[in-house]
Amino acid sequence: MTAMLRVAEGLGRGVLRGADEVGFAAALFVESLFWAVLGPARRQPVRLPAVFAQMLQIGLEALPIATVLAATIGMMLAIQSLYSLGLFGAEHFATVGIGLSVVREFAPLIIGILIAGRSGSALAARFSTMMINQEVDALRVIGISPVRFLVAPALIAMMIMVPALTMWAILVALTAAGLLVTAALEISLGAYFADLISVLSVNDLTHGLGKSVLFAALIALVSAVNGALADGGAEGVGRRTTRAVVHSIAAIIMVDMIFAFVVTSG
Amino acid sequence: MTAQASQLTSAQEPAAVSPAAPVIRVEGLQAFYGAQQVLFDVDLTVMPGEIMVVMGGSGSGKSTLLRHLVGLSRPAAGRVELLGLDITRARSMEMLALRRKIGVAFQGGALFSSMNVLDNIMLPLREHARLDRKTMEIMARLKLEVVNLAGADALMPSELSGGMLKRAAVARAIIMDPTLLFFDEPSAGLDPTVSSALDDLILKLREAMNMTMVVVTHELESAFKIADRITILDQGRILLVDDVAGVRRSDNPRIQNLLNRRSEETEVDAQAYLQRLTGETPTPPAATNETPEAS
Repeated sequence: MTAMLRVAEGLGRGVLRGADEVGFAAALFVESLFWAVLGPARRQPVRLPAVFAQMLQIGLEALPIATVLAATIGMMLAIQSLYSLGLFGAEHFATVGIGLSVVREFAPLIIGILIAGRSGSALAARFSTMMINQEVDALRVIGISPVRFLVAPALIAMMIMVPALTMWAILVALTAAGLLVTAALEISLGAYFADLISVLSVNDLTHGLGKSVLFAALIALVSAVNGALADGGAEGVGRRTTRAVVHSIAAIIMVDMIFAFVVTSG
Repeated sequence: MTAQASQLTSAQEPAAVSPAAPVIRVEGLQAFYGAQQVLFDVDLTVMPGEIMVVMGGSGSGKSTLLRHLVGLSRPAAGRVELLGLDITRARSMEMLALRRKIGVAFQGGALFSSMNVLDNIMLPLREHARLDRKTMEIMARLKLEVVNLAGADALMPSELSGGMLKRAAVARAIIMDPTLLFFDEPSAGLDPTVSSALDDLILKLREAMNMTMVVVTHELESAFKIADRITILDQGRILLVDDVAGVRRSDNPRIQNLLNRRSEETEVDAQAYLQRLTGETPTPPAATNETPEAS
C-alpha cells in the first residue's frame, strides 16, 4: 500500500513538474515575443548581432551535416520506394512517394532531430553554465532581461534557420533521390523534377515548413527551460543538456504526429 | 552623479533620498528555501556612505539576505527598501531605474564568458546609456585603471586569475557610478595579499566615489579592516549590529565562537535530530538568546 502511494505520489509530482515546465516555456515564448515586438519602443531591443551569431551557429555551421543527412535520406527513400513499388511493377510511382515523404515528413523531422542534438544541446549547456556561474543573476542586477538577452535571440534565430535548413534539406534529398530514380527508371532529371512539381502542391510545402517552425520553437524553449532550471555544478549542466536533447526530440516526434493528425483530418 | 550618468536614458527614477535617511532599510524580512525558513524577521538599516559588512558562518543566511537586498529573490514577508524604493512592491520600470544606481560584484565574478573584459564592463553602458562606442570604451578603461587592471581589456574571463576576475567584476559593478555597491564574498578563494589589496580597493572606492557598500564575507580580517559596522547573522537571525569594537567586545558565545574560529557545539534537540534521521522537514531553529538588533 505504501509502495503504491509512493508511486502515485511520484507520478503526481512528475505531472505537476511537467505542467510547470510547459507553463514556464509558454511564458518564455510570450516574453520573447514581447521583447521582439515592443523592445525597440522601450529602448530595449533584442540584439541583432546576437541573433545573427545564433543564426550562423544554428544554420550555416550545420549546413554540411544537414546536406549529408538529407542526401542519405533521399537516397534511402529512393532505394526503398523503387524496391517496394517494384514488387508490384509500379516503380514509376516512386516519385510520388519520395516527393510527399521528403517534403511533408522526412526533411522537417530529420532537420528537427539534427538541430535538437546539435544546437539544442549547445543552448542548454550555455544557459545552464550561465545559471550556475551567476551570469544570469548578473544580467538581472544590471537591469537586463535574461529572456531578451539570451532566449529571444536564440528563439528568433532558430525559427528562421530551421525552416531554411528544412528547405535546403528538401532540395538536397529530392535531388539525391532523383539521381537513383532517373537511373533506375531511365528518365531524365528534368522529367523527374517535372513529375515532382506536378505531384507536390504549395500545401505540402507549407505543411513541411510549418512543422519545422514549430520544431524550432520547441527546441529553443525546451533548451531554455532546462538551462534555467540547472543547478548542481558540472554534473547539473550535463544532466540538463541530456534532458534538453531527449525532451526536444520526444516533443518533436509527438508534435509531428499531432500536427499530421490535425492537418490531415480537417 | 557624473556627467556620463546624466546621459542615461530616462526611466522613472527612484525617489531622492535625503542625506540622513537610510540607503537600505529592511523590515521583518523572512525567506524560505522550499519549506525551510532561512531568514527570520531580519531588520537592518544602512546609512549613506557606510560600509556594512554582513558576517556569519556557513548556512547563516548571509547570501540569501544579499539576494533579497539586490532584488534577485522575493521575500516571503517583510519589506526591503533601497534608495527610498520598496523593491518588494516596485514596478518593473522603477526597478530598472533603481538597477542603474546599484552595482553588484558576485563571488565568482560572473563575467560573461563569451565576451572579453572590456565588453563585459561596457555592457551596462551599452544597455542603459546612449553613448558612442569610443566613449564607452574610454569609460570602461578608466574603471579598469581604478581597479588596477589596466591593459587587461582584451583578455577573456577564462584568461584571468581569481583576483583579476574579482577586480574586473568590481569594474563592471561601478561602471554606472552606482550609489550603492554590493560585494558577495570578495575575499573568498584569494591569497592574503590579493585579498588585502581588494580590501584596499573597497576603501578607496568609498573614499573616491562616496558609495554606500554592503559586503558579505566570512573573512574576519577583511571585515575588521573595511567595516564601519558589522551585522552578524546566525541561523537566519541577526545576532548583533555594531561597529568593529562593539563586535570584538560582545560576550555572546556564538559571536565569540565566530571570532575565535571555534566550531559551534550546538545543543542537540532530540526531536530535530529524529526528524533529520527520518528525512522529515526539520522545524526552524529556536531563537537565539540575544534579541535581534537593528541599528
